Amino acid sequence: MTPGFLTVALLVLKKDLAIEAKSREIAYTTLFFAVACVMIFSFAFVKEEGVPVENAAAGILWIAVAFSGTLALGRTFERERYSETLRALLLAPASRPAVYAGKLLGMILMMAATEILLTPMVAFFFHAPFFARPLLLVALLALGTIGFAAVGTLFAAMLVRTRTRDVLLPILLYPVTIPVIIAGVRGTAALLQSPPEEPVATLWIGLLTAFDVVFITLALWTFEPLMTE
Amino acid sequence: MMKKIFVPLALVTAAMFAYAPYAINNVAYQSTMLLVQKIFYFHFATWMAMTAAIAVCGIASVIYLFKGSRAADWYGVASAELIVVFGLFGLFSGSLWGRKAWGVWWQWDARVTMATMIVLVFLGYIMVRKYGGPGSEKLAAAMGIFGAATSPFVYKSVDWWRTIHPQTSVVKELGTTFPEAARLVWFCVAAFLLLTVLLLAARVRLEAMRSKLDDMYLAAED
Repeated sequence: MTPGFLTVALLVLKKDLAIEAKSREIAYTTLFFAVACVMIFSFAFVKEEGVPVENAAAGILWIAVAFSGTLALGRTFERERYSETLRALLLAPASRPAVYAGKLLGMILMMAATEILLTPMVAFFFHAPFFARPLLLVALLALGTIGFAAVGTLFAAMLVRTRTRDVLLPILLYPVTIPVIIAGVRGTAALLQSPPEEPVATLWIGLLTAFDVVFITLALWTFEPLMTE
Repeated sequence: MMKKIFVPLALVTAAMFAYAPYAINNVAYQSTMLLVQKIFYFHFATWMAMTAAIAVCGIASVIYLFKGSRAADWYGVASAELIVVFGLFGLFSGSLWGRKAWGVWWQWDARVTMATMIVLVFLGYIMVRKYGGPGSEKLAAAMGIFGAATSPFVYKSVDWWRTIHPQTSVVKELGTTFPEAARLVWFCVAAFLLLTVLLLAARVRLEAMRSKLDDMYLAAED
């Protein structure tokens, strides 16, 4: 009997977390990379008087999320490529979409861990009132991360076989996830206004929800044929 | 079938493209935009051609990925290249118009941004095919599906982000206020769609012959 969808997904997740808990390689490198990103942006967006450009914080937060997310995606699948463990995973008598779901969950957790530290940091450095509407901000970040990771996990998985995966991943991933970036940045910027523009943020949350539903469905549907050689 | 009607169709398209500039020259000036407005006839038509090509690329990619039909893959490449070509043409004509209408060559307007993003998506399709190594057709097909799926989201999100571009109802309004121009717009759209079909057919044939040649090389090596 083949194990159920949820069992497989959780097993893959557990495996990824166990590996990560031992080395913490991806967590530390991703976080440090995100911090470096924010620092580099501060040179561009902090004016002479030491005051950041208006609304820069929203853009910096999302760019740091997208860039560090790409790095984490590359690393998790690089790990799977050593000793062909991805092939072993796909050969296991388990449904392929469940393997994808497990990898996706791991990716979302990894990005969330980075964001938990990154968001207060950007708020601190750029005097951004991110936490005026904490629930809306969490919703934006969560939905944006899910959408980005949904496309990213599929693309990173399918690119494992290619030689040029490092450069192809961002080339393919960023244009497709542009709506996530626009929605995330504009939604967050709306929350930074005083008073926060809640209806605008809600509008973007709606778009992100639709994006997530469409792209998770598409990814679950195409994962099987894409990973079959 | 395409082989038989290709030449007559090409002649009709050539005649339409020969007539179009003449007709555009003769139609009356639109009251507010004057001469610049004449770009619109081709500008709008290229966007329609690009939209049609996106639909073809998305559908062909799905068929290729699930059925493995090589012909579907050929349609995928052909349409992706057409999207980039029409997209760049549209951006170029739009830039000329923007210079006159808004005073700048480049404006971060909703439609312009959207078109740029879509061109980037399908440049990604071409890149992954070229540099993806063996089996890259499949990866490109994924890009075709996801690119076609993301287009409406890009459309909507950029729309909400900023809009100074004429609203999308402009053609509908033309129909009532300026029927002569509206007819000409649709004439140009028809000409561009025919051109799309022709270029698609020619490009697919090239790809088919290329794959036939590859097969012959393989057979000769064995």
